[in-house]
Amino acid sequence: MNPDYRPYHPKWFRRRVPIFWWLRQAAYVKFISRELTCLLVAYVAILLLVFVAAVDRGEASYLALVGWLSQPMVVAFHVAVLLGTLFHTVTWLNLAPMALVVKVGGRRVPARAILLGHYFAWVACTIAVAWALVGP
Amino acid sequence: MRARRSREPILWALFGGGGMMAALFLPVLLGVLLVAAPMGWIELVAFADLQVLVRNPLVRLGLFGLVFLSFFHWAHRFRYTLYDGLQLSHLNELIAILTYGVATALSLTAGYLLWSIG
Repeated sequence: MNPDYRPYHPKWFRRRVPIFWWLRQAAYVKFISRELTCLLVAYVAILLLVFVAAVDRGEASYLALVGWLSQPMVVAFHVAVLLGTLFHTVTWLNLAPMALVVKVGGRRVPARAILLGHYFAWVACTIAVAWALVGP
Repeated sequence: MRARRSREPILWALFGGGGMMAALFLPVLLGVLLVAAPMGWIELVAFADLQVLVRNPLVRLGLFGLVFLSFFHWAHRFRYTLYDGLQLSHLNELIAILTYGVATALSLTAGYLLWSIG
C-alpha cells in the first residue's frame, strides 16, 4: 500500500511481521519472484543498449561483445534470465483479463478472448522480431 | 489545505506500459540476440544489415520506447517490492526518489545513446 494514504487511515494494531515473511508459503515466494522479475527487465533493457552501441561502433566491438556473450558462465546466466523474463511474460499476460474490461456493443468481452488475444499478440511480436533479425 | 493531485496514475501507466512492452518483446530479443546468435544456434542477418537495422530512426525510436518504459516498470515494481517484501514503507520518499531517479538517469542515457548513433 502506498504509505502516502496512511495518514488518513485510522490507527490499527499491527503485529510485527518478520522480513522474510514471504518464504513461508509457495504462493508468497511466487509473488515476490514475480515482482522481482522487474530487475531482469531492467537488466535486459541495459544489455540491449550495450548491444546496439557495440553494433553501431563497428564489427570489431560487435565481435568482442559476442565473445563475451558466448562464454559458458554468461550463457548459463542469460538462459536463467530468459526463463525469468518468460515468467514475467506469462504472469503478465495472464493478468490482462483482470486488468482490461473491454465492451463491444454493450457486452463485456469474455476473459478467455482477451487472454487469447494477448497470447496471439505475443506470438505475432516474437515472429515479427525474429524475422527482422534472422531474415527469411 | 490544497489538495495535491496524485502522480500515482502516471507512474502506474508507465509501469503498465513497460510491463506489456517487456512481456511482448524482451524474450525474443534476449533469446535471439543475446543467447542463440552468440552461441551459433541461429544465424543473424549479415553484420552490415544488422548495423543498418540498428541505425534506422524508427527502430531507434521503438527501442527507446521499449527501454524507457522498461526502466519505469522496474522503478515502480521494485519500489513496491521494497515496501512489501522488506517492509521499508517508512523510507517511502527516499525509495521513490532513488527508484524513479535511477529510471530517469537510465532513460536519459538511453536517449542520448540512441540519438547519437547512426
